[in-house]
Amino acid sequence: MSDHINKNSIRVIACGALAREILAVNELNQVTQLDVKCLPAIWHNHPEKIAPGVKEAIHSARAEGFEQIYVAYADCGTGGLLDIVCNEEKVERIQGPHCYSFFAGNELFEQNWDDDMTSFFLTDFLARQFDTFITKPYKLDKHPELIEMMFHRYTKLIYLAQTDDPKLQDDAKRAAEFLGLEYEYRFTGYGDLTTSLIEAARAPSPS
Amino acid sequence: MSDEEEIILSELSDDELVLQMHDDLYDGLKEEIVEGVQILLDRGWIPYDVLTKSLVAGMAIVGEDFRDGILFVPEVLLAANAMKAGMGLLRPLLAETGAPKLGKMVVGTVKGDIHDIGKNLVGMMMEGAGFDVVDLGINNPVEDYLEALEKEQPDILGMSALLTTTMPYMKVVIDTMVEKGIRDDYAVIVGGAPLNEEFGKAVGADAYCRDAAVAVETAKEIMARKHNSAAAG
Repeated sequence: MSDHINKNSIRVIACGALAREILAVNELNQVTQLDVKCLPAIWHNHPEKIAPGVKEAIHSARAEGFEQIYVAYADCGTGGLLDIVCNEEKVERIQGPHCYSFFAGNELFEQNWDDDMTSFFLTDFLARQFDTFITKPYKLDKHPELIEMMFHRYTKLIYLAQTDDPKLQDDAKRAAEFLGLEYEYRFTGYGDLTTSLIEAARAPSPS
Repeated sequence: MSDEEEIILSELSDDELVLQMHDDLYDGLKEEIVEGVQILLDRGWIPYDVLTKSLVAGMAIVGEDFRDGILFVPEVLLAANAMKAGMGLLRPLLAETGAPKLGKMVVGTVKGDIHDIGKNLVGMMMEGAGFDVVDLGINNPVEDYLEALEKEQPDILGMSALLTTTMPYMKVVIDTMVEKGIRDDYAVIVGGAPLNEEFGKAVGADAYCRDAAVAVETAKEIMARKHNSAAAG
């Protein structure tokens, strides 16, 4: 039964930190055939969980009858382990080392690396969730001395914005102040996420 | 209101104090560690014993619990910071008293990468274990490594990376060592969060070390093998 329901949809296995952005891209581009399944965003802080988690989600998707699957993760600190899973399972993923990179545009991100190497990046998601993903898990609120220990090599916080949101800009500025870093705002939009999802939606069915 | 009585470190016996220092290191209590180190020195302990029995042994517990997922990066950093403070007191004394030296390591984060938390921890634990450590810092091109190898003549080269995009640079360094005919003159160990065993083999390193404790054990094994092969030769 489920085979019949899911045969014409494409399961997108996505990082929870991309949920809003994927839905926004789909809506803007009238992409309707992507069925998005998000995995916990907090794995951003535990990249060792990503490759096995994605593998399990691929198997679950196949059990649900999905023939086409796309992985909406970059490498995300897995050190190539996610690519091994994708190759074994014969599924594609979004190109790039991190979401910062594909939002900025992978080529541009790489070109700018020499200048941006000492930058700490936020996206919309991370600006919104700074306390939950950075401050609290790294105990920076309880132990402010950890800020210097963890961020002493960084000079700047760059907020790579997907949307023009003054509230998030204020949040990102506050985060930069909290970390003692210079602040820079760069509007990126959805960058390579858009083209990746449109290409995934256009991919021919394997059957 | 706390039920716990305040512990006066100077009133503890040596054994109790060492155990208390393990606890204080675990809790990242820098001032208490410095105080404990000073008390043991005042009681006539040799600096090497203070280092190994209180700090290194305490940090080994922290390392094990980090590996087992009981402690996380912030706790390890706080513990490392406390150990660093204790080491600050001991370092000049260790130099004066001629503590045993196991070997020498040059360590640095690769080009394009500024992350050094893990590298610094490895450096400190290696120093605690009796290695001379020459730290090249961050963002090192191959030339920096080669220059340091020639100048320092270490036993071990350690390379660190935190980024998937920068970790392949380790292969650039190792390939250049091969080209120059110096690869076999040094043991090369690599580490960093996104690395794994297969990657270490693929780039031609002698060992991948998943954490600072493994790096120390690996370095000790390397030195033991070197010693044995020198003795056999």
